[in-house]
Amino acid sequence: MRNPPLLDVAIRRRQGSFDLDIRFQAPIQGITALFGRSGSGKSSVINAIAGLAKPDAGHIRLDGTVLFDSAQGIDVPAERRRTGYVFQDSRLFPHMTVVNNLLYGMRRVPERERRISLDPVVELLGIGALLTRKPHTLSGGERQRVAVGRALLAQPRILLMDEPLASLDAERKAEILPYIERLRDELNIPIVFVSHSVDEVVRLATTLVLMADGRVTATGTVADLSVRLDVGAILGGQEVGAVLDTVVASHDAATGLTALTFPGGTLTVPQLDLGIGQHLRVRIQARDVILALEPPSRISVHNMLAGRIVELGAESGPSRDVKIDLGGSFLLARVTRHSVERLELGVGTPVFALVKSVAFDRVFPGPSGSGSGSGPGPGGRNIAL
Amino acid sequence: MLTPLEIEALSLSLWVATWSTLAVLPFAILVALVLARADFWGKSLFDGIIHMPLVLPPVVIGYLLLVTLGTRGPIGSWLLETFGIRLIFTSTGASVAAGVMAFPLMVRAIRLSVEAIDGGLEAAARTLGAGPIDRFLTITLPLMLPGILSGAVLAFAASLGEFGATITFVSNIPGETRTLPLAIYTATQTPDGDLEAARLVALSFTLSLGALILSEYLGRRVRRMMGRP
Repeated sequence: MRNPPLLDVAIRRRQGSFDLDIRFQAPIQGITALFGRSGSGKSSVINAIAGLAKPDAGHIRLDGTVLFDSAQGIDVPAERRRTGYVFQDSRLFPHMTVVNNLLYGMRRVPERERRISLDPVVELLGIGALLTRKPHTLSGGERQRVAVGRALLAQPRILLMDEPLASLDAERKAEILPYIERLRDELNIPIVFVSHSVDEVVRLATTLVLMADGRVTATGTVADLSVRLDVGAILGGQEVGAVLDTVVASHDAATGLTALTFPGGTLTVPQLDLGIGQHLRVRIQARDVILALEPPSRISVHNMLAGRIVELGAESGPSRDVKIDLGGSFLLARVTRHSVERLELGVGTPVFALVKSVAFDRVFPGPSGSGSGSGPGPGGRNIAL
Repeated sequence: MLTPLEIEALSLSLWVATWSTLAVLPFAILVALVLARADFWGKSLFDGIIHMPLVLPPVVIGYLLLVTLGTRGPIGSWLLETFGIRLIFTSTGASVAAGVMAFPLMVRAIRLSVEAIDGGLEAAARTLGAGPIDRFLTITLPLMLPGILSGAVLAFAASLGEFGATITFVSNIPGETRTLPLAIYTATQTPDGDLEAARLVALSFTLSLGALILSEYLGRRVRRMMGRP
């Protein structure tokens, strides 16, 4: 029996006084995000996967191929690992034109093993007008797009991205994010993405690996981890909130509303310009959720979701985060400590969650791969309901 | 315009400087790479020895060359017996003397350019499938080019002006080892040689200026090629 393709990392490495001890397994479909503060060891992990930094011990396996195994004495040199690496600072070769940069890796791959060719990549990344230029004449965003193209054309088994957006301003980020989404959705190349930005991670990631101080603190899907009260604080701070992967179920022209379904309920939102069946990831911040013990009548809020409290978070100041099971999905609500006492909220209490607003982070493809593939969705919008 | 003697001194100088520069270049690149990239026991001593010609009196270098490369010196006698190459009192020997003197200058210029290369570019080339030799030829060497060029120009100019080691090692033979500086020296030692000396000085001046302008021009071309405005 064949196991599902997996990125399997278990490495230890000592760098001065910093101790890296990383273990995680992630399905290689989609984007795996290594998420944590700077200094948590994220970059060290992808350098180890790329073969640019040698772990002291452990193993790195990619879809059954051993890249590194200290016990077996295997250490495939970086130049033979076929990992496409997009560096934070792009690292384009200054003495070559854009097109020669793009072809650098591809020329070093035997012809019969080339699956990705120049033209589609140039088209995908919108860099056709830059081909004859030298890197120093490009803007930061253009440079990063070329760097992505160069890594892709090296026919990688996996694409590693080390904060590829960190050196860009918000506008450039917005320019390049859709391209990364297209990589994920159209090329079906596994991506490991390092980030310390919640927005990026929520928008892009399929699997999340949370890191702190050289350790993995949690691994899971974005939706799962977003409602983990122990790690939620790392993920969101003030903006802690549940991520729900929804499907566009219906549009109602008369009311101008769109229904989004997810396991355990339906959200009604102002009409979205999306086809029925499209997938949409939404984020509902804990502070935008109101809890009621009885269904309130005569209230303007549309979205009232019945559920049951499964966990109460630690007290932080005057408020507490409450996790609600909607029957398949979870929601977080931030309520005051006083309300918890007043309403006698506890594990098992049936409640009604009233959702005040929803943030749309992105359109993403369905698990069947039947997704939109239409590129960027209504990214980052926050809509009051 | 130029007398046959002046043409002789000029062409000999150019010949000596060209060959000394070309012959020394590969070694200078190698040593510059070692000094910039490698770490080994005794590195500072090695560095010091490389820089000796800069700090020692040129006469001392000439003397050392004479002792080792002269016909009775350990290397000199071997060269003579095995290949029939005689360095002493020959223009080839003059190139060797000039090359040895110019070597540290060239190493320094190239070393600076190696140290200026962002190691990240080579790491990027690795992830793109380039092995060590491939990386050196396609990334490191092209990026060293500005340093190699300025090192070569510097060495060429220094070789044009080399005097002390040359006169000690290969003496002052017209048509064989009498380069421009030696010809100027000879003229100043000759009664009524003042005009000749002045003419040779003017020639020397023009030559150096020409080399400088050429190096500026090439430098700009190379920098543009390297993608630096």
